[in-house]
Amino acid sequence: MVSTQKKADKTYKVIGTRPVRPDGVDKVTGRAKYGADIQLPGMLFGRVLRSPHAHAIIKKIDTSKALALPGVKSVITHKDLPTAADAALNLGETTDNLKWISDKVLAAEDALFHGQALAAVAAVDKHIAEDALALIDVEYEILEPVLSVHTAMDKKTPSIHDNMKTVDMIARFQVGEISETQINNVASILDLELGDLDAGFKEADIIIEREFETGTYHQGYIESHNGTAQWNENDEVTVWLSTQGAFNARDQLAALLQVPMSKIKVIPMEIGGGFGGKIPMYMEPLAAIMSKQTGKPVKMHMQRDEVLLATGPTSATYIKVKVGAKNDGTIVAADAYLAYEAGAYPGSPVSGGGVSMFMPYAIPNVRALCLDVIVNKTKTAAYRAPGVPAAAFAIESIIDELAEKLEIDPIAIRMHNAAEEGTRRHDGVLAPSMAVKELLEEAQATEHWNAELSDPSIGRGIAIGAWGNGGMESSASASINSDGTINLNTGSVDIGGQRASLAMQLAETLGVEYDSIKPQVVDTDSIGYTAVSAGSRTTFATGIAVIEVGNKIKKQIINRVATFWEIDANALKYNDDGSVSSPDKIINFKEIAAMLPNTGGRIQASIDIQATTHVPTIACHIVDVKVDEETGKVDILRSTALQDVGKAIHPAYVEGQTQGGILQGIGMALYEEYYYDDKGILKNASLLDYRMPTSYDVPFTEIILVEKPNPGHPFGVKGVGEVPIVPPLAAVANAIYDAVGVRPNILPVNPRRLSVLLKEKNNK
Amino acid sequence: MSKKIVISTDLNGDITEFIADERDSLLDALRERIGLTGVKEGCNNGNCGACAVLLDGILVNSCCVMAAEVDGGSVTTVEGIALENELHPVQQAFLNEAALQCGICTPGFLVAAKALLDTNPEPTEEEIRFWLAGNLCRCTGYDKIITAVQEASKSMQKK
Ligand code: FES
Ligand code: FES
Repeated sequence: MVSTQKKADKTYKVIGTRPVRPDGVDKVTGRAKYGADIQLPGMLFGRVLRSPHAHAIIKKIDTSKALALPGVKSVITHKDLPTAADAALNLGETTDNLKWISDKVLAAEDALFHGQALAAVAAVDKHIAEDALALIDVEYEILEPVLSVHTAMDKKTPSIHDNMKTVDMIARFQVGEISETQINNVASILDLELGDLDAGFKEADIIIEREFETGTYHQGYIESHNGTAQWNENDEVTVWLSTQGAFNARDQLAALLQVPMSKIKVIPMEIGGGFGGKIPMYMEPLAAIMSKQTGKPVKMHMQRDEVLLATGPTSATYIKVKVGAKNDGTIVAADAYLAYEAGAYPGSPVSGGGVSMFMPYAIPNVRALCLDVIVNKTKTAAYRAPGVPAAAFAIESIIDELAEKLEIDPIAIRMHNAAEEGTRRHDGVLAPSMAVKELLEEAQATEHWNAELSDPSIGRGIAIGAWGNGGMESSASASINSDGTINLNTGSVDIGGQRASLAMQLAETLGVEYDSIKPQVVDTDSIGYTAVSAGSRTTFATGIAVIEVGNKIKKQIINRVATFWEIDANALKYNDDGSVSSPDKIINFKEIAAMLPNTGGRIQASIDIQATTHVPTIACHIVDVKVDEETGKVDILRSTALQDVGKAIHPAYVEGQTQGGILQGIGMALYEEYYYDDKGILKNASLLDYRMPTSYDVPFTEIILVEKPNPGHPFGVKGVGEVPIVPPLAAVANAIYDAVGVRPNILPVNPRRLSVLLKEKNNK
Repeated sequence: MSKKIVISTDLNGDITEFIADERDSLLDALRERIGLTGVKEGCNNGNCGACAVLLDGILVNSCCVMAAEVDGGSVTTVEGIALENELHPVQQAFLNEAALQCGICTPGFLVAAKALLDTNPEPTEEEIRFWLAGNLCRCTGYDKIITAVQEASKSMQKK
């Protein structure tokens, strides 16, 4: 496999190298402690009873038999939760409402999706807890479930939430007033418009309008959700869990449990994948309440079917897009209608889709109407570039068709319409510097794009996509030991090598060896507020915090050496190798560290920042597929991913993020999907039937990293985690068209769906 | 209430006796009764390979084996694959190649890869991909895992 890096100009000592990650040995020996690995004396095991119906009124829950089972210590239902206020809560990548979170944690009056939690049990071992679930009697009045955005919005369909009004969104995450447009079961509307659509379409020589659908996809992290809680007699609560954000978890718990934030200590354990899905709370608050009731620590660990049933996958979507272009390929107008399933409570990432889908392009007249639609399915959560893969599938399929109809090369048409710095976007923002053209030029030059196709059943597709990335709050602290080693603490959960990327940035800043820095992720009592490891923000934003800490330390060192040498600090220079020199003297980092204890004490620094200088990144995927026309099976033969990363701090982990994102995108294109029956029952809640790609399904993905530095980060970092998942859906669909001449408009395009399309084509 | 049973097995080279519930899977027993939490639970259903161990030298998903079945047998977990004071070449290769991101799948992959290299020291890419298809990784896209196993194979040949 080849991996190429188109380097940014500046050279560094540590940045851009590929050291072994600090937590590596623990993770290859099985010593690293993940959330479910916690063991405490006297610990109880909790389990959750879930609704077998997608929509039902809960008439009665009788827990008496379960409570009577020897070994059972606690059984709780919604009435054991504190009353939750009907108020908004900011969760980093998405917003939520406390009453809804509370109802999702344990259903109140009704069950709104298959798998919704109804009651929880804590017992001395997990077999007994499981036995107890079978002893809980629930009486339901079963209602008709609402299972698609179209049915949900139909006037004849009853509202799932009686009092819910459609609200206007002002921007992504920003809820406005109650809307003039009231649509049944639509929680919110975001209507973004730029220019004059009618005038734009009048200028067009060609107009293409298409409808698209995508299925419900799960993040598919291999570690199930888990949480262990100890509620002390003084009402202090300690929670060990796998989360993308310890502070976010703490604040949700504080609100749900109605305990002051300072009294909750969240200890983030190692996390076995998240992709956006490990931000909401599920059974962690139940563990806390049952610990309060029993005085013992309670551990909960979801079974895999519970993860698929009742955590937050991404939205199934319906998207209609109309694009008008001139004969020379200039896109003059684009109109998109996006309806995303939120699940049973508001909060789909539809606005992410509506904002990002046009981001790579400069289109003068654009509209994106985004609807957040309630259905009787599990509440969706963020999943890697939330909302964007489906929307990019739509626009990139249409651009491919435009290129074909206008007989323009697919790269050339994208190049022709590429957004530039200063392009006005339909969300009102002026586009910052992006690398659309640079990336397309690199794509054009790849061996892959120029290679001959060996067989007519093989097709090649290309697509691009953008993601805005995230900033938000981060804290860091570092202290220098007398032997010259450094302890670095942050609150950013290490979900894929961030200890390494943060230690590298501090090493580069201070001019010290990477190995001399020991980075650690600490609990919420031990560091300032730090937002979630999500939004591709950690290496970028916590990176800025770490660099700032380094700069503070440098300043203190200069002052200390100045005092020690009795010389003016301005006469001193902090050198690239960590030494400090005056015109006639030099002292190296180790010597400085050694003198600190006796010249005023050791040095430590801490900082909290709010990063706002994040910029979007662009990704591109080129893929060759072979289609078996008889069965409709698609094989991936070759795959190349290009990505603008700003600056790759640890290129191996950047490549890994890209390869992982590409494969999740391929899963969305070809394999993965939730199957609900007409009663809203999820029929494939296992990793056998929810079919994620295996190592045998795919070839290597060649990686080309393009480095166009972000001026808003000292080393140029943009963020890498999310954008690679965006282009593969359309790239695969476009490759299928190239191979067999049918355009998949519903994903995943599994053998069944593709066979139907092929049959239609052959009958024509 | 279910019954408790006493089980004796060779665990990572040492005879180990432990008490388990008769309903415990080997995975339950290793993690909850013995504390070998390097063995991971991803699905509890035989579909992800995170719980892979060697049972009498054969690669199995420990969530699909009852604890009682290992009485008198031998079990190797990720905690037992390192050589004395030195990582197993496949562990070292995973570190060098950045073949783990979150790391939750890693113990299962390491045990499976070791089992492969024990019987087939120079596997082809196709053979590695086929053998590891029972282990799911959601972070890496598998690329660097395959490369790491190739590197481990090479470094074991040199020894
Ligand atoms: S936990 Fe055993 S195969 Fe997944
Ligand atoms: S590294 Fe996360 S699942 Fe493999």
